[in-house]
Amino acid sequence: MPTIWVYAEMDNGKLDPAALELVTKARQLGEVEAVVLGSGATEAANKLGEYGAEIVYASDDSVYDDYVAQPHVHALTELIGENAPDMILFAMNYDSRDIAGRLSARLGSTLMSNVLEIESVDRAKTAIIGGSVIVDVALEGSPKILVARAKSFVAEAVEGGEATVVPVESTIPDEAKKAKRVERHEEAATGPKLQDAPVVLSGGRGLQEPDNFKHLEELALAIGNTAVGATRAVVDAGWVPYSYQIGQTGKTVKPSVYIAFGISGATQHIVGMKGAKRIIAINKDEEAPIFQISDLGVVGDALKIIPQLIEEVKSRKG
Amino acid sequence: MNIAVCVKHIPDPNVPPEMDGKYLKREGVQGVLDPGDEFGVEAGLQLKEAHGGEVTLVSMGPAAAQEAIRRGLSMGADKGVLVTDDSLKGADALVTARVLAAAIKKAGEFDLIIAGVESTDGYTGTMPATLAEFLGLPQVTFAKTIDIADGALKVNRQTAEGYHVVECPLPALLTVTAGVNEPRYASFKGIMAAKKKPVETWSAADLGLSGDDIAIKQDVADQTPAEERKAGEVITDDGTAAKRIADFLQEAKVI
Repeated sequence: MPTIWVYAEMDNGKLDPAALELVTKARQLGEVEAVVLGSGATEAANKLGEYGAEIVYASDDSVYDDYVAQPHVHALTELIGENAPDMILFAMNYDSRDIAGRLSARLGSTLMSNVLEIESVDRAKTAIIGGSVIVDVALEGSPKILVARAKSFVAEAVEGGEATVVPVESTIPDEAKKAKRVERHEEAATGPKLQDAPVVLSGGRGLQEPDNFKHLEELALAIGNTAVGATRAVVDAGWVPYSYQIGQTGKTVKPSVYIAFGISGATQHIVGMKGAKRIIAINKDEEAPIFQISDLGVVGDALKIIPQLIEEVKSRKG
Repeated sequence: MNIAVCVKHIPDPNVPPEMDGKYLKREGVQGVLDPGDEFGVEAGLQLKEAHGGEVTLVSMGPAAAQEAIRRGLSMGADKGVLVTDDSLKGADALVTARVLAAAIKKAGEFDLIIAGVESTDGYTGTMPATLAEFLGLPQVTFAKTIDIADGALKVNRQTAEGYHVVECPLPALLTVTAGVNEPRYASFKGIMAAKKKPVETWSAADLGLSGDDIAIKQDVADQTPAEERKAGEVITDDGTAAKRIADFLQEAKVI
């Protein structure tokens, strides 16, 4: 039975929910173990146990909160040397990408990114060309390093699941303490979280100016239980905070309804929202690729339609 | 301050991609400097203007990747290095990083290595961190702003919920987001000057790499069309589109 490790990312004391998805998937592949580093790790280890991790290597050392990637790679390299897992799964997060990337060089083991499905320890799938082609990739070497997109798998707890927690006692050398986090800023939007909201409204360049996002927020309030997101282009342009970003870099959402306003449908964006149950797109350009994956496409001016839709929703909700 | 900027020549993202057997077709298609790398080149040029030194562009790819380097040179970079070798065709992220690391070491001493956060064609998004590890450098990724003072970097680093301020001594590797700056256009003078700037071309053997160093450990076993989401109805707004959308929302039971 192969041993599958999950690297569970901690963000300022909070466990990344994608780690539970990966642990759940790993149960189908072999014996599941996890590694969790940083403040709150020991507590998070219990949670990972509930989802099927049998052993969790954990350290609450704040060195993992303060410095980016290098301490984690140091500790992981020692743990891997001692325990020789067959595969290590990471979620496609900002810090985890750095850790997985460095680990690949450290171990001389190749890495597969954007994983959507794992068939076995030597086969995994990803999508290319805006998700239109699925490629089945043969993996070599040990351990295999896989970086999977959030929400590729559904997290399910195991009845009576409990992990044995093994403390990680690595001593982090000074040369691994270079890139230091000195401040943390959150720019969280009000209302439901993008990843959890049943309805997501998302804006792109077609909204023309930052102020027009206010109308989307207003529509979100009118519909209720609705979050507002954006494409990379408008986030990079500084129209809305990074926390709004949906796509390859940014969040993956799978709402019941996704409405794209003035979004053309670049690959970068599509991969983050393609899993939505229903997609509505409004764009002036009838050739926009987003229409190819939309259940309802409207060729028209989003700026004209938004206020009408706000009135329409309000009147129907009474 | 000496800066190396990693650049990639990719099939023009505005042209629908084609497959060449199991792989994305890269040769004989219109290629461009990856638009994400223009931000890296611009960041390098701005730092050079503020702190002095040289900007060297480093790339791996087919011979046509020269074009991407020329484009960066015409923006104002000083020189270029292209690693091109038939044995590197289809290289995975690990091999790519190993090759770029060897090329950077051979090209000189650098205070800062800059790359885009991910390529526009491959989206792996981990190559820069792998490169940093090969070079023995710390990495600061997803930079939204860049400050350099007293031999250290200070960066606003994008995160899922906002940003972190990260400080790091030089030398280091930095990746930049598209929000970090506004890349300049190449001037006519710049384009003419670029023709005279030096570009070295190296093979894997020139970098002392062979055999297992460049063996590809990850290969496409099979590919199938994705289960298509069927395109639904497309209507042209005649003033009633808002009603249609509201109907749809009611059918979906979200209002």
